[in-house]
Amino acid sequence: MTRFSKADALHLGILAMLVIAFFVLPTYHVGAVSRIMVLAVYAIGLNLLFGYTGLLSLGHAMFFAAGMYGFGLAIKFMAAPVLLAFVLALIAAAALSLVVGLLALRTAGVAFMIVTLMFAQTAYLVVLYFGEFTRGDEGFVLQQAERLLLGFDVTSETGRYFVAFSVFAICFLGFARLVQTPFGKRLIAIRENEERARMLGYDVGRYKLLALIVSGTISGCAGALYALLFGYVGATFASVQYSILPLLWVLLGGAGTTIGPLIGVMFMFYLIDASSAYTNSYMLIAGLVLVLLTMFAPKGIAGILRLRVMPWLP
Amino acid sequence: MPKTENGKTQISRRGALLGLGASAGAMAATGVLPGSLGFAQAQSSAPIRIGFQKHATGIGAAYGRWYDATTTAAVKRINDAGGINGRPVEVITEDDGTDPSRGAEVLEKFANQHECDVAFGTLFSHVVIGSAPRAGELKLPYFVVSEGHHVASGMLNRYTLQPGITDVKSQVISMAPFVADNLGKKVTMIFPDFAFGHDHRDFFSEAIEAQGGEVVAKIAIPPTETTFTRYFPSIPRETEVIYHVMVGPAVLTFVKELGEFFGPNRPELFGFIDSLEAVDINSTGLEFLDGTYFWEGMPRYAQANQTDAEKAYRAAVGVDDNGASLDDPADVATYAHMFGCWETLNIIKRGMESADYQGPQDRTKLIEAVEAMSDMPESEDHPQGAKRFNGKTHQTFGSQYISKVTDGKLVVEHVASIEDGLYEDEVDYTTQAF
Repeated sequence: MTRFSKADALHLGILAMLVIAFFVLPTYHVGAVSRIMVLAVYAIGLNLLFGYTGLLSLGHAMFFAAGMYGFGLAIKFMAAPVLLAFVLALIAAAALSLVVGLLALRTAGVAFMIVTLMFAQTAYLVVLYFGEFTRGDEGFVLQQAERLLLGFDVTSETGRYFVAFSVFAICFLGFARLVQTPFGKRLIAIRENEERARMLGYDVGRYKLLALIVSGTISGCAGALYALLFGYVGATFASVQYSILPLLWVLLGGAGTTIGPLIGVMFMFYLIDASSAYTNSYMLIAGLVLVLLTMFAPKGIAGILRLRVMPWLP
Repeated sequence: MPKTENGKTQISRRGALLGLGASAGAMAATGVLPGSLGFAQAQSSAPIRIGFQKHATGIGAAYGRWYDATTTAAVKRINDAGGINGRPVEVITEDDGTDPSRGAEVLEKFANQHECDVAFGTLFSHVVIGSAPRAGELKLPYFVVSEGHHVASGMLNRYTLQPGITDVKSQVISMAPFVADNLGKKVTMIFPDFAFGHDHRDFFSEAIEAQGGEVVAKIAIPPTETTFTRYFPSIPRETEVIYHVMVGPAVLTFVKELGEFFGPNRPELFGFIDSLEAVDINSTGLEFLDGTYFWEGMPRYAQANQTDAEKAYRAAVGVDDNGASLDDPADVATYAHMFGCWETLNIIKRGMESADYQGPQDRTKLIEAVEAMSDMPESEDHPQGAKRFNGKTHQTFGSQYISKVTDGKLVVEHVASIEDGLYEDEVDYTTQAF
């Protein structure tokens, strides 16, 4: 087997396991995995920028929210069909990514982190400011009848799972392919040594902007998907907490790996889910695990796998 | 297809409970156990499981702790009286982190993992709104104790009900007659610039105009603000009443700075106790509030005309005459809201008994039974006062209290009637299919 086909087999194997999971898992865990796949799409978005391009954004919630509100407001005020609303959501996230990218990419390193954080805070306050339309911090509900996808009910367990699976599969496989293309290799080159990439003749600024737009659009896709499948649009998802969470998922799972986002989200979800049954201080446990992982497995779970077992892991 | 989770532990635990229940029933029948421990008449002795969506962490934690204490006390009283339909009540508590996403996850746990019969207890509006769609999809009756207008506005669904606490619209409009008649007709509103504040702004503006008054200024404070002095020059000189509903940790600063700005020559002040729930009214910096007025859902301080029902409730939830914990006088309760848990649980009990509720297959019968409820007289089940439930809007209406800060205590000056808080129906959930 070639290195490429091993990776392909792994990715397809993971997708096959997710399909099988639907048939064998109890109902609660089917619902949980649906949610995990949606959030994993969000983590994939950040992973492209952070894990592959080396740009650490602390404001990705604004892209998630752009997709969520782009979708939700299109349905609420335009009575748009789901597919059209989804397209509008992607356009909203891509447009915001472009604007933020043009401004934020003038900075680098810590300054980039701070600027993205500030843009995200601005986006959060914009959501609150236009509360007449967004219902601010309370948010609003998308009714079941408004969430029919080509007449198909996505609010059933089956519908929700397979819509989440389909979008996840497209993003997961598309992302895995993307990082193997010359474009993806150039992003990795920028991450490894930006000056060298520039000296080799690559337009680093353009590649970073493209990476940010793709990353933001994938994150927006996750936001729209959340609104579609769970029927709620709210400012909480634009808050700083939802910028930090995908970073934790990516770090836990393994930044710069294709399977890291899914592993990170799943690990974190079940860590919180299980520990909350025993203590209200479950975030303390999550924090402790993160500290331990950072100390003993700084490359994350998939990073360790790549280092020790699967050197071909993309 | 996925199957309902039914791990061995749960089966064996249920089996054990069945066995225990059967034994207890037999013992009760032979007079070995007192009736209250018998649960003898039930077709099943398995507990009724109520999922309590608790704000144990996050911004709602102070409320969550007292909602928990009230829930525990109410369930103990219900179980001491024989449970529901002869079955004991078991509360399954899950922390929602006061987060809408986690809130929805918690409902999924209640429905599919813990096999709860109903979910209950949520306060913060964004958690209710984020969770309610899942309640509808999971077909899990969801009894919220939120005071938000989201239920009666028609935003949610037939599975979401608020029978134990009045909503903000009702509270606000019932205050307007008292404000206009006793404090003044020219009102300046100071409110947080998010949905909670906007509800107050919109509902009160309309209500005070109906009383012949007017809102002369609306001052929205951004949620990130930590100092307020720069907003006070915007208060018009003609202002007779300042209506304030600031919430969160900056409230103490707000009151202190307002006092420094006005000195002794202040207009009348009217606020909502939401600002100072779980906060000692005698805290340093709050001296300026002496002589001002507050809405209270239920009087924090035991009043001279305290009813027996209120006295019994106060003792059961472990609160002293000053509205603080019996164990710690510095631990002030969220007394204006937490009665909603007590009353909601009693309504769930009555609804289940009326519907002869046996299990999740009877959830729709339970909802129909609650929808059929209307007047609920003041009693130990309803210590806050009489209620009138509107089955169409899934919202209850009740008395509202206006208290004046007098010598460091909140003394009730006026009780707004149920009729003062009524408004036109905005939805009829009973027309929605299950």
